[in-house]
Parts: sequence; structure tokens; C-alpha cells
Amino acid sequence: MPKIKVPRSNPTLDMTPMVDLAFLLVTFFMLTATFRTEEAVVVDTPSSISEKLLPDNTMMVTIDTAGRVFYNIDDQKVRVKVLENMTSKYGVKLSAEEIKEFELMKDFGMPMANLKQYLAASKAERAQMDKATKGIPYDSLKNELSDWILYGRVIDASIAVENGDEADRLKIAIKGDSEANYATVRKIMKVFQDRKVNSFSLVTNLEGK
Amino acid sequence: MAELSTDSGGGGGKHQKKRAKKSSTKVDMTPMVDLAFLLLTFFVLTATFGKPKTMDINMPLEPKDKKKITKVEDQTAMTVLLTEKKDVIYYYFGVLKKDTKLDSTNYAPSGLRKILLDKNKDVVAQVNQLKEKKTQKTISDSTYKSEVMKVQSAKEALYVIVKTNDKTKYKSVVDVLDELNICEVDKKVIMDMATAEKLAIKKINN
Repeated sequence: MPKIKVPRSNPTLDMTPMVDLAFLLVTFFMLTATFRTEEAVVVDTPSSISEKLLPDNTMMVTIDTAGRVFYNIDDQKVRVKVLENMTSKYGVKLSAEEIKEFELMKDFGMPMANLKQYLAASKAERAQMDKATKGIPYDSLKNELSDWILYGRVIDASIAVENGDEADRLKIAIKGDSEANYATVRKIMKVFQDRKVNSFSLVTNLEGK
Repeated sequence: MAELSTDSGGGGGKHQKKRAKKSSTKVDMTPMVDLAFLLLTFFVLTATFGKPKTMDINMPLEPKDKKKITKVEDQTAMTVLLTEKKDVIYYYFGVLKKDTKLDSTNYAPSGLRKILLDKNKDVVAQVNQLKEKKTQKTISDSTYKSEVMKVQSAKEALYVIVKTNDKTKYKSVVDVLDELNICEVDKKVIMDMATAEKLAIKKINN
């Protein structure tokens, strides 16, 4: 009797479509990824179950363990204009390069008096200054934070009116360290409240229930 | 064509012609694919976890008119006292009287959350019902939100007063706010601790 031959199937598999897809996804994620820029201070945020993402257009105040305050506005157009207002109020003169430097920077915790020196410094020197700084002053005697907040909101509002885009307004985010004192956070909220801001987004890590 | 067919047929033909060796056109793609997937995994993971999450909070305005200060119902009020201690929460219900004894609990799910869920169980049950209705699509998203708000701000719903002292850590406050969100407590306020409460804490620690 003739044996029935079972047709052997080829064990190799055509992987081309899969590889195509993999590369497509790699390209997509590489292009959409935004890299984390260097931050002046590292903060370990508390965790919560909230799944709300941080909005894009934010004014962020960072509070570290020692209660030092750092300030940041994401929108570069707003940043530069806020800086212009602050420098004219505090009588600080900055060169065009220093303003450019400020535009590309992230958060900073320098009083106005030291800002020029900070912007002119090299990367390594800045890291040193970030360690040594006392943060942006926010006590009632010399409340620079309050001015940063005021100009930030005024300029954001004027730009929003210019663009006719009232929906995308500046959101206030507070990024506090787990170990920071709540009293400090409360004081900073009070500075905001004096500037008529009453709702905040507290930056947290995601955790399971 | 004929030559080709004879060649593939035997290989050991009589006329052995010299010919250039044909190298295989196939390249081993495995390392490349490995790398591609490695990168893919890396970017997927960093992309989703890169953006921080936020918890929204509204602070109450300072009332200009002292008469407009909200008075809290005794039965529905719970006061949570947070100190510098990271594993103890003191609390009491209603108004602090001379003979009120503080209870203590902790930040674990079996601690504060259990108490809150128990005290606020009617609201939690109603919100869960609404959630179920939303997943079954019997109510729309906007009605869900307004209904939840109505339930949470009802008169019988639990009202939590979080009180802090000078040394309370920021983490403790965020943790408690998080527990309140889990337990559907919307009526909440954060305040400074009164002297009477500080004394009460001292009393039970001695």
C-alpha cells in the first residue's frame, strides 16, 4: 500500500508585515515623544488615584522639601513677555542672549536680583546656584512670586483675547514634595488667592486604589 | 532556462562548469527586529507614563461677611486632625466639646477609608448606582456628572473638615484628599488646627 505523504509545511514565517508595523510604531512614538527637559529641582510628588493629565498650558510652582519655590510657565511667548514686565518693574537689564536663554529654560528659583547672573552662568554653575538658592521670595515684605503670578495671568489673558481662544487659558499647577510642610504649600496658595486664583491642580503620581 | 533546470536537478552533472557562487539574497533580520521591538517597548512605556497626573482642588474664598460662614450640621460633620506623624490620624464627629474623646486611625485602606465609607455609605451606594447606569449607557455623561454632584452635595452627605498644624506634611494632606475622593466625599475644607484641638491631641498622647 502506498503511504500517504503528509505535506510538510514550511516552518519559516513571513515576518515582513509585523516588522513593518513595528517600525511604523517606533517612528510614531519617537516623533510624538517629548523629552523631559532638565529641571532645576527634583521633587518627589505624593501619589493619588486621579487619572487627570496635567494640562498643556500651565503655570507651575514647584515646592521642594526645604520649602523653596520654583516657577515655570510652559508657553514661551508668555514667558518672554512676563520677563519683560518683571525686569522693568525690578530694574534689571538683560541682554538679548540672556532673554533667549530664559525663553528656552524650564523652571527656576532665583530672586530678581540674581536672575541676570544665573542666565549668564554655564550649565554647571547653574546647577550649583540651584542648590544654593533660597527660591523665589514670597513673603509679604518682598513678594516676587506674587508679581510673577500677576504678570503671567495678565499676559496669558491678553494673548488669549488676541487669538480669540478663551478656552485655552492658563491653569495653575502646584508641584509639592511629599516631605514639604503643608503650611508652606498653604502660604503659597494664599499668595495665589490674593491674586484671585482659587482652583489649583496638585501634581501627583498615579497609584492603584 | 534549460541550463538552470539541469543545474537545480542534479548538481552533479557531467559537464562541471565553473561559475560564480551565488550568495543568498536573504539577510538575517532577527537582530534588527529585536532592536525595533526594544525601541517600541521603550517609547510606548515612556510615552504613557511621561505626563504627570493632577488632582484638582478648590480653595474656599475668605468670607467678607462673617454672617455668611457656613454652619455645619453636627451629625454629618467629621473633623480629621493631621499632625507631623505619618501613621496616625486623629478624628472626631460633630463639635469638639470638653469631654469629646479623639479617636485615631491610619492612612491604610483599612483605616480612614473604612471609616469614611461606613459614614458615607448612602452616598457611595448612590454614586455606584449612577456609575453602573453610565456604563450601561442608560444615562449620558453630563447627567451622570450633575447627578453625582447632587448626591454628593446633599444635606445628609458627610462633611469632612481637614485640620492641619504647622508641621503637617504635604503628603498627608494629599493622601487624605485622595481618600475623600475615593469615598465620594465632596463637601470638604482644609483649615488650621484650633488650640482646643491641639490640646485634645496632647491629652490622649499622655
